[in-house]
Amino acid sequence: MYRYDEFDHAFVAARVAEFGDQVARRVSGDITEDQFKPLRLMNGVYLQLHAYMLRIAIPYGTLNATQMRRLAHIARVYDKGYGHFTTRQNIQFNWPALSDTPAILAQLAEVEMHAIQTSGNCIRNVTADHFAGASVDEIADPRPYAEILRQWSSIHPEFSYLPRKFKIAVTASEADRAAIQVHDIGLKLKRNQNGEIGFAVYVGGGQGRTPMVAKLVSEFVAERDLLSFTTAIMRVYNLYGRRDNKYKARVKILVHELGLEAFKREVEAEWAVIRNSELVLPAADVAAIQAYFAPPVLPDRPEGLLALADAFQSDAHFKAWVRQNCNEHVHPDYAIVTISLKAIGAIPGDASDVQMDVVADLAEKFGHDEIRVSHEQNLVLPHVAKADLPALYAMLAEHELATSNAGLITDIIACPGLDYCALATARSIPIAQAISNRFASLEHQRDIGELKVKISGCINACGHHHVGHIGILGIEKRGEEHYQVSLGGAADADTAVGEIVGPGFSAEELPEKIEVIVDTYLAARTSKDERFVDYVRRAGLEPFKIALYGQEEYTI
Amino acid sequence: MKNLLKVLTANRLSDGVAVWFAQPEQWVDDIAKAYAVSDKEGVAFLEQVVAATLAKGQHCDVVLIDVEQTNEGPRPLKLRERIRADGPTIRPDLGSRAA
Repeated sequence: MYRYDEFDHAFVAARVAEFGDQVARRVSGDITEDQFKPLRLMNGVYLQLHAYMLRIAIPYGTLNATQMRRLAHIARVYDKGYGHFTTRQNIQFNWPALSDTPAILAQLAEVEMHAIQTSGNCIRNVTADHFAGASVDEIADPRPYAEILRQWSSIHPEFSYLPRKFKIAVTASEADRAAIQVHDIGLKLKRNQNGEIGFAVYVGGGQGRTPMVAKLVSEFVAERDLLSFTTAIMRVYNLYGRRDNKYKARVKILVHELGLEAFKREVEAEWAVIRNSELVLPAADVAAIQAYFAPPVLPDRPEGLLALADAFQSDAHFKAWVRQNCNEHVHPDYAIVTISLKAIGAIPGDASDVQMDVVADLAEKFGHDEIRVSHEQNLVLPHVAKADLPALYAMLAEHELATSNAGLITDIIACPGLDYCALATARSIPIAQAISNRFASLEHQRDIGELKVKISGCINACGHHHVGHIGILGIEKRGEEHYQVSLGGAADADTAVGEIVGPGFSAEELPEKIEVIVDTYLAARTSKDERFVDYVRRAGLEPFKIALYGQEEYTI
Repeated sequence: MKNLLKVLTANRLSDGVAVWFAQPEQWVDDIAKAYAVSDKEGVAFLEQVVAATLAKGQHCDVVLIDVEQTNEGPRPLKLRERIRADGPTIRPDLGSRAA
């Protein structure tokens, strides 16, 4: 993974000192809240319902054991013993005192982490495929390019005051595990006919109150042109993006209002000017960054096959976990392990300080010191020898980290919702817990198959409800929480925005209604190979409407 | 006038914790002890407290909220404010009213 150089260390240390001074001046009354608020937001400090919230960047979701232990330490010493991993591969702490935040940031800086650009109208944490560098289906590791973009976008003077926030995601797989088509810019690594690396560039995706799937702006941008082309997009957005209405300020609105062809022409015109400028990405620089992400030396461990066969015979739970939570690794003796942060009835994405320490220990012992945070709010150990899976599983199980539900109906994305968030209009987490408890049977979950439930507590859609196979949006209606259900969304290679199935439901009604939806699918699917979302695409909403609202009511 | 029962709430600058204005003039972290007003004069007084509090600069998001009187003291009418008063509904062990 990337390591700070002297410049990075000095820069982050200076920012910590600067923020410490800003906090001191705010507490002493030298600056007002109006003056201070933008400064704290630039350092990831929000004010929520109960306390401050600190959002810490985890670049492209990659961290090592030392960093995870530091997060555990912060949770234990400065917070209330837990943290919340987010859909942007970051972590949030919900209870830090403002007066402690400079100390927390100093602790983070020691392990090469910070909270810069986790808020504000700037380019946010660049996200990437959480299986990067390990999966069998990628063109190349996307993280070096995410890191290049991170360095380019960090305190970029031209792009620090954009019309609105800006999110970039990178994938190198056709499967797209990074949800690139619901980002402001989505980059997909590909090779051209000559075998050269480049990117398909998508622009204008996003969720929020106006969900849109990103448009393909270029079939292929060469590696050398990554920064110049991205800069051209940013300049067009910075120039023409609306600043008069925050709800129309994202680049998706610009692309929509200008039209794709006009937007492309603007980008091409800007790019023609800067294409051969200092923004050309030298191959040597790319190679230098790639060296940081060199895959670990993975010795052959052929004994894993026999070890697994033995363990499968004696432990059905372990067998189920391997089948559900372990993915194929580029080295046949290894596996990519998803550590579910979705124990039945648990709070999606939350991890205790103890759990964080355990994951750090396991990453060191079995995982070549690499940990990933997925945008689906789970953790990943990308390089685990199959021979070590039984021991790893045993340790995970001791700490409620071995739920075999990756990709199943209880692997729910949920935003913090009204339990924490000052913007929320309804709670998300209790809904996730209720659905999780209703579908607690892993056998039933496996029978249902892949089903992605995503829940947001307001229209801002941090819980990605628009792209859930089942999406749930909490709103306030006449003083009560009310939940709209949409079906058929997806955030993979076949990205789509879900369609609202009909009138919403109360919190009490909702779990049963979700079961009606699932049962409708189970009764009608052609086989287990037809996933829930496949069935929705084939059959449309009508069968669900009839099941939920009745034939008579539906046809009126 | 419809529902004039109100209390004053804010978040404390130093730690962001939700607090409510109580008498004698102080900020407390338990809404049950909040000073509730039910007439125009009371509201006018709390609005003066808002101005004075903002001038001192040690609290954020200082606002009047609607409440009802219960046996346990003032209770917010809106769910958002009830959650602020009670803590996260999914973590009863946390928040200002946790034991």
